[in-house]
Amino acid sequence: MKKVLPVLVLAAIGVLLVLTVAEMPTFGDSYAPAHRGVMDKYLQDSAVDTGAINTIAAIILDYRAYDTLGEATVLFVAVLAVTAALHGGGHHA
Amino acid sequence: MHDLILEVVNRLLLPFIQLFGMYILFHGHLSPGGGFSGGAVIGASLILYSLTFRFAKVKHRMDHDTSVFFEAAGALIYVGIGFVGLFFGYNYLTNRGVFPLGVPGQLWSSGMILVITLALGAKVSGTILSLFQELLEGGSDEHGTP
Repeated sequence: MKKVLPVLVLAAIGVLLVLTVAEMPTFGDSYAPAHRGVMDKYLQDSAVDTGAINTIAAIILDYRAYDTLGEATVLFVAVLAVTAALHGGGHHA
Repeated sequence: MHDLILEVVNRLLLPFIQLFGMYILFHGHLSPGGGFSGGAVIGASLILYSLTFRFAKVKHRMDHDTSVFFEAAGALIYVGIGFVGLFFGYNYLTNRGVFPLGVPGQLWSSGMILVITLALGAKVSGTILSLFQELLEGGSDEHGTP
């Protein structure tokens, strides 16, 4: 009985994800958002905007630095989960 | 187990591996590489050191608290450097206008990016090493004898 709520929540998330995939542009679509100027802006302006000549570093650590902070948090949570799983059990926690 | 060849070769190779890792870190904004890959190289070199020499002997040089400290310090620097942008009236994690960008192409340039790359390197190497140490000593009892 306790598993009804998690299953419902997971089903709702699954429906949302499938709906999102249905909204995505098809492969090779020239009107996709990625092909409408953002690429040109990154390639032309990244050295002036960020001071880095490596465009990838400019994207992941300046334009999308908040996203990279989330990636670093994933590593943090991984260590946290391993520590909790190995040391957190019962007696000497 | 005591293996002379392994220890000698490792002692010769280890400085170069770590130097290469620092090169990847410091040139993250100039050439392919960055915080994640450079931190992985440095963390792997520390794991290699732990595997070659006895773990108990290595423990006093790079123990678990130190790797956890590096990991937490890297995350804290990353989070904290975002607040500098807020302090000057920009968005969180703003680079241009807050930090001096320097001349693109030189080593000391790109403001926040270089600092975040170094913080990420410390964090990723600390993560890899602390995961290794956790799995090595965590499965046994409290005395930590692998």
